Amino acid sequence: MSQRIVPLKTYVLVFVSLIGLTLLTTGVAFLDLGPFNTVVALVIAFCKMLLVILFFMHLRHSSGLTRIVLLAGFFWLALLVTLTMTDYRTRTWTPAPDSWSTTAPPTHP
Amino acid sequence: MPDAHAEHAQTESSGLAHQFEDLAQQHDADTLGIWIFLVTEIMFFGGLFAAYAILRWLYFAAFEGGSHILDIRLGAINTVVLLGSSLTMALSVRSAQIGNRRALVLFLILTMILGGAFLGVKAYEYRQKFVEHVVPSLDWAPEGEVLARLAPGGLNHAQLYFFFYFAMTGLHALHMIIGMGLLLWLVLRARKGDFTPRYFAPVEVVGLYWHFVDIVWIFLFPLLYLIGGRY
Repeated sequence: MSQRIVPLKTYVLVFVSLIGLTLLTTGVAFLDLGPFNTVVALVIAFCKMLLVILFFMHLRHSSGLTRIVLLAGFFWLALLVTLTMTDYRTRTWTPAPDSWSTTAPPTHP
Repeated sequence: MPDAHAEHAQTESSGLAHQFEDLAQQHDADTLGIWIFLVTEIMFFGGLFAAYAILRWLYFAAFEGGSHILDIRLGAINTVVLLGSSLTMALSVRSAQIGNRRALVLFLILTMILGGAFLGVKAYEYRQKFVEHVVPSLDWAPEGEVLARLAPGGLNHAQLYFFFYFAMTGLHALHMIIGMGLLLWLVLRARKGDFTPRYFAPVEVVGLYWHFVDIVWIFLFPLLYLIGGRY
Protein backbone atom coordinates (compact mmCIF):
# COMPACT_ATOMS: atom_id res chain seq x y z
CA MET A 1 0.00 0.00 0.00
CA SER A 2 1.21 3.46 -0.83
CA GLN A 3 -0.33 4.97 2.28
CA ARG A 4 2.90 5.67 4.10
CA ILE A 5 2.51 7.86 7.18
CA VAL A 6 4.87 10.81 6.91
CA PRO A 7 6.30 12.10 10.23
CA LEU A 8 4.86 15.35 11.58
CA LYS A 9 8.33 16.90 11.54
CA THR A 10 8.61 16.50 7.75
CA TYR A 11 5.36 18.40 7.15
CA VAL A 12 6.39 21.23 9.49
CA LEU A 13 9.87 21.48 7.88
CA VAL A 14 8.33 21.63 4.39
CA PHE A 15 5.92 24.34 5.59
CA VAL A 16 8.77 26.39 7.11
CA SER A 17 10.75 26.09 3.84
CA LEU A 18 7.70 27.24 1.87
CA ILE A 19 7.30 30.30 4.11
CA GLY A 20 11.04 31.01 3.79
CA LEU A 21 10.84 30.85 -0.02
CA THR A 22 7.78 33.16 0.01
CA LEU A 23 9.69 35.76 2.06
CA LEU A 24 12.70 35.33 -0.25
CA THR A 25 10.69 35.87 -3.45
CA THR A 26 8.97 38.91 -1.94
CA GLY A 27 12.32 40.33 -0.79
CA VAL A 28 14.02 39.75 -4.15
CA ALA A 29 11.27 41.80 -5.83
CA PHE A 30 12.76 44.87 -4.14
CA LEU A 31 16.24 44.26 -5.64
CA ASP A 32 17.14 45.37 -9.14
CA LEU A 33 18.28 42.24 -10.98
CA GLY A 34 17.14 43.36 -14.43
CA PRO A 35 15.56 40.52 -16.40
CA PHE A 36 16.64 38.08 -13.70
CA ASN A 37 13.88 39.29 -11.39
CA THR A 38 11.43 37.23 -13.41
CA VAL A 39 13.79 34.27 -13.66
CA VAL A 40 14.41 34.18 -9.89
CA ALA A 41 10.67 34.55 -9.13
CA LEU A 42 9.81 31.64 -11.43
CA VAL A 43 12.62 29.41 -10.13
CA ILE A 44 11.45 30.01 -6.54
CA ALA A 45 7.82 29.30 -7.53
CA PHE A 46 8.96 26.08 -9.21
CA CYS A 47 10.84 24.98 -6.07
CA LYS A 48 7.76 25.70 -3.94
CA MET A 49 5.63 23.66 -6.33
CA LEU A 50 8.08 20.75 -6.11
CA LEU A 51 7.95 20.85 -2.30
CA VAL A 52 4.13 20.80 -2.30
CA ILE A 53 3.90 18.03 -4.91
CA LEU A 54 6.57 15.78 -3.41
CA PHE A 55 5.65 16.09 0.27
CA PHE A 56 2.11 17.43 0.71
CA MET A 57 0.77 15.54 -2.31
CA HIS A 58 2.84 12.43 -1.51
CA LEU A 59 4.30 12.06 -5.00
CA ARG A 60 7.48 10.80 -3.31
CA HIS A 61 5.60 7.66 -2.33
CA SER A 62 3.12 7.32 -5.19
CA SER A 63 3.10 4.85 -8.05
CA GLY A 64 5.07 5.26 -11.28
CA LEU A 65 1.80 5.50 -13.19
CA THR A 66 0.76 8.59 -11.20
CA ARG A 67 4.12 10.23 -11.90
CA ILE A 68 3.84 9.57 -15.62
CA VAL A 69 0.34 11.09 -15.67
CA LEU A 70 1.65 14.26 -13.99
CA LEU A 71 4.71 14.44 -16.27
CA ALA A 72 2.43 14.09 -19.30
CA GLY A 73 0.38 17.02 -18.01
CA PHE A 74 3.46 19.23 -17.64
CA PHE A 75 4.75 18.11 -21.03
CA TRP A 76 1.48 19.17 -22.67
CA LEU A 77 1.56 22.51 -20.84
CA ALA A 78 5.15 23.05 -22.06
CA LEU A 79 4.01 22.32 -25.64
CA LEU A 80 1.15 24.80 -25.29
CA VAL A 81 3.36 27.64 -24.05
CA THR A 82 6.49 26.92 -26.13
CA LEU A 83 4.83 26.42 -29.50
CA THR A 84 2.60 29.47 -29.03
CA MET A 85 5.61 31.59 -28.04
CA THR A 86 7.72 30.38 -30.99
CA ASP A 87 4.94 31.59 -33.29
CA TYR A 88 4.64 35.05 -31.74
CA ARG A 89 8.38 35.55 -31.31
CA THR A 90 9.34 34.63 -34.89
CA ARG A 91 6.59 36.48 -36.75
CA THR A 92 8.84 39.44 -37.45
CA TRP A 93 11.83 37.37 -38.58
CA THR A 94 10.61 37.08 -42.16
CA PRO A 95 8.70 40.13 -43.35
CA ALA A 96 5.64 39.42 -45.47
CA PRO A 97 6.18 39.99 -49.21
CA ASP A 98 4.94 43.35 -50.50
CA SER A 99 2.44 41.57 -52.70
CA TRP A 100 0.66 40.34 -49.51
CA SER A 101 0.18 43.87 -48.24
CA THR A 102 -3.47 44.90 -48.02
CA THR A 103 -2.54 48.52 -48.70
CA ALA A 104 -0.69 47.75 -51.95
CA PRO A 105 -2.63 48.59 -55.07
CA PRO A 106 -4.04 45.57 -56.88
CA THR A 107 -1.77 44.33 -59.66
CA HIS A 108 -4.57 42.70 -61.60
CA PRO A 109 -7.27 44.67 -63.33
CA MET B 1 -29.23 -14.71 0.84
CA PRO B 2 -28.60 -13.77 4.46
CA ASP B 3 -24.92 -14.63 3.91
CA ALA B 4 -24.66 -12.40 0.85
CA HIS B 5 -26.29 -9.60 2.78
CA ALA B 6 -23.88 -10.00 5.66
CA GLU B 7 -20.94 -9.97 3.29
CA HIS B 8 -22.19 -6.78 1.69
CA ALA B 9 -22.49 -5.09 5.07
CA GLN B 10 -18.95 -6.23 5.83
CA THR B 11 -17.46 -4.67 2.70
CA GLU B 12 -19.44 -1.49 3.24
CA SER B 13 -18.07 -0.95 6.72
CA SER B 14 -14.50 -1.45 5.47
CA GLY B 15 -15.09 1.12 2.72
CA LEU B 16 -14.16 -1.26 -0.11
CA ALA B 17 -16.28 -0.86 -3.25
CA HIS B 18 -17.19 -4.19 -4.84
CA GLN B 19 -15.35 -3.59 -8.14
CA PHE B 20 -11.93 -3.56 -6.43
CA GLU B 21 -9.79 -6.50 -5.32
CA ASP B 22 -8.61 -4.84 -2.13
CA LEU B 23 -8.17 -1.46 -0.42
CA ALA B 24 -4.68 -0.94 -1.87
CA GLN B 25 -6.00 -1.26 -5.42
CA GLN B 26 -8.92 1.01 -4.60
CA HIS B 27 -6.56 3.60 -3.10
CA ASP B 28 -4.34 3.58 -6.21
CA ALA B 29 -7.39 3.98 -8.47
CA ASP B 30 -8.74 6.86 -6.33
CA THR B 31 -5.48 8.81 -6.39
CA LEU B 32 -4.83 8.13 -10.09
CA GLY B 33 -8.33 9.41 -10.89
CA ILE B 34 -7.85 12.69 -9.05
CA TRP B 35 -4.38 13.14 -10.59
CA ILE B 36 -5.86 12.78 -14.08
CA PHE B 37 -8.48 15.37 -13.14
CA LEU B 38 -5.71 17.68 -11.87
CA VAL B 39 -3.86 17.30 -15.20
CA THR B 40 -6.99 18.56 -16.99
CA GLU B 41 -6.97 21.44 -14.49
CA ILE B 42 -3.33 22.19 -15.38
CA MET B 43 -4.42 22.58 -19.00
CA PHE B 44 -7.50 24.60 -17.95
CA PHE B 45 -5.34 27.17 -16.13
CA GLY B 46 -2.56 26.61 -18.71
CA GLY B 47 -4.53 28.39 -21.44
CA LEU B 48 -4.71 31.50 -19.26
CA PHE B 49 -1.03 31.23 -18.33
CA ALA B 50 -0.02 30.90 -22.02
CA ALA B 51 -2.13 33.91 -23.04
CA TYR B 52 -0.68 35.83 -20.09
CA ALA B 53 2.89 34.96 -21.19
CA ILE B 54 2.34 36.29 -24.71
CA LEU B 55 0.56 39.52 -23.74
CA ARG B 56 2.96 40.27 -20.91
CA TRP B 57 5.81 39.92 -23.39
CA LEU B 58 4.05 42.16 -25.95
CA TYR B 59 2.95 44.86 -23.47
CA PHE B 60 5.46 44.51 -20.66
CA ALA B 61 5.35 48.18 -19.56
CA ALA B 62 1.56 48.05 -19.15
CA PHE B 63 1.70 44.80 -17.18
CA GLU B 64 4.46 46.20 -14.96
CA GLY B 65 2.41 49.34 -14.27
CA GLY B 66 -0.68 47.30 -13.47
CA SER B 67 1.30 44.99 -11.19
CA HIS B 68 2.55 47.98 -9.19
CA ILE B 69 -1.03 48.96 -8.36
CA LEU B 70 -1.46 45.71 -6.42
CA ASP B 71 -0.58 45.55 -2.73
CA ILE B 72 2.45 43.27 -2.52
CA ARG B 73 2.02 42.84 1.27
CA LEU B 74 -1.54 41.53 0.92
CA GLY B 75 -0.35 39.16 -1.80
CA ALA B 76 2.48 37.83 0.39
CA ILE B 77 0.20 37.50 3.44
CA ASN B 78 -2.34 35.57 1.38
CA THR B 79 0.42 33.28 0.11
CA VAL B 80 1.43 32.49 3.69
CA VAL B 81 -2.24 31.92 4.69
CA LEU B 82 -2.79 29.54 1.78
CA LEU B 83 0.46 27.64 2.46
CA GLY B 84 -0.72 27.31 6.06
CA SER B 85 -4.01 25.84 4.86
CA SER B 86 -2.02 23.32 2.79
CA LEU B 87 -0.12 22.32 5.93
CA THR B 88 -3.34 21.80 7.92
CA MET B 89 -4.79 19.86 4.96
CA ALA B 90 -1.74 17.58 4.88
CA LEU B 91 -2.11 17.12 8.65
CA SER B 92 -5.81 16.27 8.15
CA VAL B 93 -4.84 13.40 5.85
CA ARG B 94 -2.21 12.30 8.36
CA SER B 95 -4.78 12.36 11.19
CA ALA B 96 -7.09 10.20 9.10
CA GLN B 97 -4.21 7.79 8.43
CA ILE B 98 -3.48 7.34 12.13
CA GLY B 99 -7.20 7.19 12.99
CA ASN B 100 -7.37 10.33 15.14
CA ARG B 101 -10.91 11.50 14.47
CA ARG B 102 -10.79 14.55 16.73
CA ALA B 103 -7.56 15.85 15.12
CA LEU B 104 -9.00 15.14 11.66
CA VAL B 105 -12.08 17.30 12.30
CA LEU B 106 -9.94 20.01 13.94
CA PHE B 107 -7.46 20.23 11.05
CA LEU B 108 -10.26 20.19 8.44
CA ILE B 109 -11.96 23.10 10.22
CA LEU B 110 -8.61 24.94 10.51
CA THR B 111 -8.13 24.46 6.75
CA MET B 112 -11.57 25.98 6.15
CA ILE B 113 -10.80 28.93 8.43
CA LEU B 114 -7.52 29.64 6.60
CA GLY B 115 -9.25 29.24 3.21
CA GLY B 116 -11.93 31.68 4.40
CA ALA B 117 -9.24 34.14 5.52
CA PHE B 118 -7.66 33.94 2.07
CA LEU B 119 -10.99 34.66 0.38
CA GLY B 120 -11.62 37.53 2.81
CA VAL B 121 -8.32 39.22 1.93
CA LYS B 122 -9.05 38.58 -1.75
CA ALA B 123 -12.48 40.22 -1.41
CA TYR B 124 -10.86 43.25 0.26
CA GLU B 125 -8.39 43.47 -2.64
CA TYR B 126 -11.23 43.31 -5.17
CA ARG B 127 -12.98 46.12 -3.30
CA GLN B 128 -9.78 48.20 -3.51
CA LYS B 129 -9.84 47.79 -7.30
CA PHE B 130 -13.30 49.38 -7.37
CA VAL B 131 -12.08 52.20 -5.09
CA GLU B 132 -9.17 52.81 -7.50
CA HIS B 133 -11.46 52.42 -10.54
CA VAL B 134 -9.24 49.81 -12.17
CA VAL B 135 -11.92 47.19 -12.85
CA PRO B 136 -11.92 46.59 -16.61
CA SER B 137 -15.27 47.26 -18.35
CA LEU B 138 -17.25 47.69 -15.11
CA ASP B 139 -15.40 50.57 -13.47
CA TRP B 140 -12.43 51.69 -15.55
CA ALA B 141 -11.51 55.30 -14.78
CA PRO B 142 -8.07 55.39 -13.09
CA GLU B 143 -7.03 58.83 -11.85
CA GLY B 144 -4.29 60.59 -9.90
CA GLU B 145 -1.35 58.47 -8.80
CA VAL B 146 -2.88 55.27 -10.18
CA LEU B 147 -3.29 56.90 -13.58
CA ALA B 148 0.31 58.12 -13.46
CA ARG B 149 1.53 54.56 -12.91
CA LEU B 150 -0.63 53.03 -15.64
CA ALA B 151 -0.19 55.74 -18.30
CA PRO B 152 3.39 54.85 -19.46
CA GLY B 153 2.31 51.42 -20.69
CA GLY B 154 -0.89 52.65 -22.32
CA LEU B 155 -4.26 52.56 -20.60
CA ASN B 156 -5.83 50.00 -22.92
CA HIS B 157 -3.03 47.56 -22.34
CA ALA B 158 -3.16 48.22 -18.60
CA GLN B 159 -6.83 47.31 -18.77
CA LEU B 160 -5.76 44.06 -20.41
CA TYR B 161 -3.52 43.35 -17.42
CA PHE B 162 -6.48 43.79 -15.07
CA PHE B 163 -8.59 41.48 -17.23
CA PHE B 164 -5.94 38.85 -16.56
CA TYR B 165 -5.80 39.77 -12.88
CA PHE B 166 -9.52 39.25 -12.42
CA ALA B 167 -9.81 36.21 -14.70
CA MET B 168 -6.92 34.33 -13.09
CA THR B 169 -7.55 35.23 -9.44
CA GLY B 170 -11.32 34.85 -10.01
CA LEU B 171 -10.95 31.36 -11.43
CA HIS B 172 -8.61 30.53 -8.56
CA ALA B 173 -11.09 31.91 -5.99
CA LEU B 174 -13.87 29.84 -7.58
CA HIS B 175 -11.72 26.74 -7.06
CA MET B 176 -11.22 27.78 -3.44
CA ILE B 177 -14.97 28.15 -2.89
CA ILE B 178 -15.58 24.69 -4.36
CA GLY B 179 -12.79 23.38 -2.12
CA MET B 180 -14.45 24.94 0.94
CA GLY B 181 -17.69 23.13 0.07
CA LEU B 182 -15.79 19.84 -0.22
CA LEU B 183 -14.10 20.48 3.14
CA LEU B 184 -17.48 21.08 4.80
CA TRP B 185 -18.68 17.75 3.38
CA LEU B 186 -15.55 16.07 4.79
CA VAL B 187 -16.11 17.62 8.24
CA LEU B 188 -19.67 16.29 8.34
CA ARG B 189 -18.56 12.81 7.28
CA ALA B 190 -15.56 12.79 9.63
CA ARG B 191 -17.80 13.70 12.60
CA LYS B 192 -19.96 10.69 11.80
CA GLY B 193 -16.82 8.54 11.91
CA ASP B 194 -16.89 7.59 8.23
CA PHE B 195 -13.12 7.59 7.92
CA THR B 196 -10.77 4.96 9.31
CA PRO B 197 -7.04 4.28 8.84
CA ARG B 198 -8.15 1.70 6.22
CA TYR B 199 -10.54 4.01 4.37
CA PHE B 200 -9.93 7.74 4.06
CA ALA B 201 -9.77 8.20 0.26
CA PRO B 202 -12.18 11.21 0.22
CA VAL B 203 -9.86 13.10 2.62
CA GLU B 204 -6.82 12.26 0.51
CA VAL B 205 -8.54 13.16 -2.78
CA VAL B 206 -9.88 16.52 -1.55
CA GLY B 207 -6.42 17.13 -0.07
CA LEU B 208 -4.76 16.63 -3.48
CA TYR B 209 -7.27 19.07 -5.02
CA TRP B 210 -6.61 21.64 -2.27
CA HIS B 211 -2.82 21.41 -2.73
CA PHE B 212 -3.27 21.86 -6.48
CA VAL B 213 -5.22 25.09 -5.89
CA ASP B 214 -2.37 26.17 -3.60
CA ILE B 215 0.17 25.52 -6.39
CA VAL B 216 -1.83 27.68 -8.82
CA TRP B 217 -1.57 30.54 -6.32
CA ILE B 218 2.18 29.88 -5.85
CA PHE B 219 2.53 30.85 -9.52
CA LEU B 220 -0.11 33.60 -9.57
CA PHE B 221 1.63 35.51 -6.77
CA PRO B 222 4.93 36.18 -8.61
CA LEU B 223 3.27 36.47 -12.02
CA LEU B 224 0.66 39.06 -10.99
CA TYR B 225 2.22 40.87 -8.00
CA LEU B 226 5.96 40.78 -8.69
CA ILE B 227 6.28 41.92 -12.32
CA GLY B 228 9.40 43.95 -12.96
CA GLY B 229 10.37 44.45 -9.32
CA ARG B 230 9.47 47.19 -6.83
CA TYR B 231 12.84 48.87 -6.36
